[in-house]
Amino acid sequence: MELPNRKWTLVVDLDKCTGCSACVIACHAENNVPIHTDREVAQGHAMHWMHLQRYWDGEYPNVYARFIPTMCQQCSRAPCEPVCPVYAAVHSERESLNLQVYNRCVGTRYCQNNDPYKVRFFNFFDPPFEPPLDQQLNPDVTVRSAGVMEKCTFCVQRIRRAEERALVENRPLRDGEVTPACVQTCPPSALIFGDLNDPNSQVAGLVTNPRRFRLLEELGTEPSVYYLKGGKSYVG
Amino acid sequence: MSDSEKYPPVWRRPAPEDPALASQMEHAAREHLTLDPRYPQEMDQTMLRPMARSGRMFWLVFVILSGLVIMLFTTWLYQMIWGLGITGLNRPVMWMLYIANFVYFIGIGHAGTFISAALRVLKFEFRRPISRAAETVTVFALLTASLFPLIHIGRAWKFYYLIPFPNQRQLWPSYHSPLIWDATAIFTYLSCSILFAYIGMLPDLAMARDHTTGWRQRFFKAVALGWRGTTKEWANQETALNVFSYAIIPVMFSVHTIVSWDFAMALQPGWHSTIFGPYFVVGALFSGAGAVIMVLAVIRKAMHLEYFIRKEHFAGMAMFLLILSLTWDYFYFNDFIVPWYGQDPVEKTLTVLLTSGRWSVLFWLMIFSNTILPAATLWSKRVRTSPLALFIIGAFIQVGMWLERFIIIPVTLGQNWLPFDWGTYTLHLPEALITIGAFSFFGLMYLLFTRFFPVIPVWEVLEGQLLQTVRRIGRALVPSRTEE
Repeated sequence: MELPNRKWTLVVDLDKCTGCSACVIACHAENNVPIHTDREVAQGHAMHWMHLQRYWDGEYPNVYARFIPTMCQQCSRAPCEPVCPVYAAVHSERESLNLQVYNRCVGTRYCQNNDPYKVRFFNFFDPPFEPPLDQQLNPDVTVRSAGVMEKCTFCVQRIRRAEERALVENRPLRDGEVTPACVQTCPPSALIFGDLNDPNSQVAGLVTNPRRFRLLEELGTEPSVYYLKGGKSYVG
Repeated sequence: MSDSEKYPPVWRRPAPEDPALASQMEHAAREHLTLDPRYPQEMDQTMLRPMARSGRMFWLVFVILSGLVIMLFTTWLYQMIWGLGITGLNRPVMWMLYIANFVYFIGIGHAGTFISAALRVLKFEFRRPISRAAETVTVFALLTASLFPLIHIGRAWKFYYLIPFPNQRQLWPSYHSPLIWDATAIFTYLSCSILFAYIGMLPDLAMARDHTTGWRQRFFKAVALGWRGTTKEWANQETALNVFSYAIIPVMFSVHTIVSWDFAMALQPGWHSTIFGPYFVVGALFSGAGAVIMVLAVIRKAMHLEYFIRKEHFAGMAMFLLILSLTWDYFYFNDFIVPWYGQDPVEKTLTVLLTSGRWSVLFWLMIFSNTILPAATLWSKRVRTSPLALFIIGAFIQVGMWLERFIIIPVTLGQNWLPFDWGTYTLHLPEALITIGAFSFFGLMYLLFTRFFPVIPVWEVLEGQLLQTVRRIGRALVPSRTEE
């Protein structure tokens, strides 16, 4: 059976986001993302597939913290892909996803250079999963070794599992059936995930919202992550 | 007084009886290698004697360089065991010193074969004794440069993923990636350069075979490939060298343009520029010409080759260097003025950071070495004919061009599109050790080359002397040349 074309899309409602970082923790747990020591973080070796960018806005005393959850933008025309010499960064046309094949990667780090969002992470050392931390690793996700690049996959293992379940039950995939770890965890439901090719999905309704924008849209990368932001709301 | 000076070869014009003309003739012979012919046997010995005699200085340098090369490979092994985290690389600055060294060594590798090929095509006589020294700079610089992509990548033991060969993974390298264009261009240039240098060396290897004994003779016998010097062999060699000379010039332009595309193709403000191609080519020739001058000064002194490498050769190379310095200035100015005039906020920030930010000391040192120093000194004929002065200027140019390759990276990568991801770079010890080791690697290979191969193309010098003569026009003697 031919699987239908998907356009997986994530909508981040910044007016709902409280900056609680639950998505960051969920992502670490789901995707076996290593947690580094403070010394490593100070050297710029930190790895968070999902992270909150925080900016200060305004002059004292009217200072506001503004933050924006950032993850791989899953661009339709991704600058990171063509520069890879070994096809480790490849595009899935059917799912509209940017895939990273870890065991092809030799670590030229060109993808990270060419990535305007800087959401790709390099394993500078072997991941430090000391016992008993190795017992909580997700068996669905590869643990990456030193010298390879990694990034947010939109929890491709969850997408695959949901699609297979629907295939076995011989029915189309329902909207909301696929939830990446960050989406599942978000307390105020600021993250919404779905298939843009499905006209009845929740995301299809949200991407036409007048509050929508995409990060660095002027570069022509056509990201699949949409942000929603009202004019002067300083909540997010 | 040597035999040649008492009884000069027949192809040397006898001294005229007129004392004024005789002194002109003497002056010309002092100045020009082609007008100072000696017997071939004597020239051969001038070349072969220092190769067989390695003094205390040689062994001292050899031991130091070998030690530093061992250090290079030990550090690299350590880095492979622990991971790239031991370097100063971090999230926004994912490329750094290794790439800077790579571009620098490709750069100095540029000039050698180009100088030799272009001067041959344009029939410049001053190329004759220096062409091989230049070609070998190319070969060894390219070999040193090709270490760096391997040191740079995260999983060096998987380097064969980058090589196009039928494999069990059923995966070809991606020709969308500028890195693969790069590897292809460099491999082409390296193989052309080795062949060009080797074909040009055959007659000299045969000469060495005929004048040595013992293991040296056996060695030269093997590498001379049975060259006997028949008319047909000379004609074939001439054809091959001409084909290579013309073919290698466009290859040279392609190589450094493609190296610049590693940067220029990236979606990074400060890199994404159309001027990078020609600007990198000129920078490469500039640093390469400087390196060739430094090598010439060293081998002339160390191997007592004053007969072959004369002031006229330094003067010719220095003139070339001055022109390249001015051309480099022109391109650098272009690279600056266009973004500055446009007042694009991102580009403007980069310009400010470059000229007055953290790396500004290096920036101004680069401007001094590449622009101010050559322009201030190379106009003077005394400087242009002094090997010591040129050696110092050449060293400054190496520093300047290395810095140019260095500061192009952290400023651009550190200050990218989203300010949250801005970062900086600090040099860590392993990178410094590997860089020092790479320079030693280049030096060591060159040192060994001078022991095993004749570094001056004696046959080319002899050919030049046979074709050169003087004609008397009125009261003056004018050097003139026969051409086929």
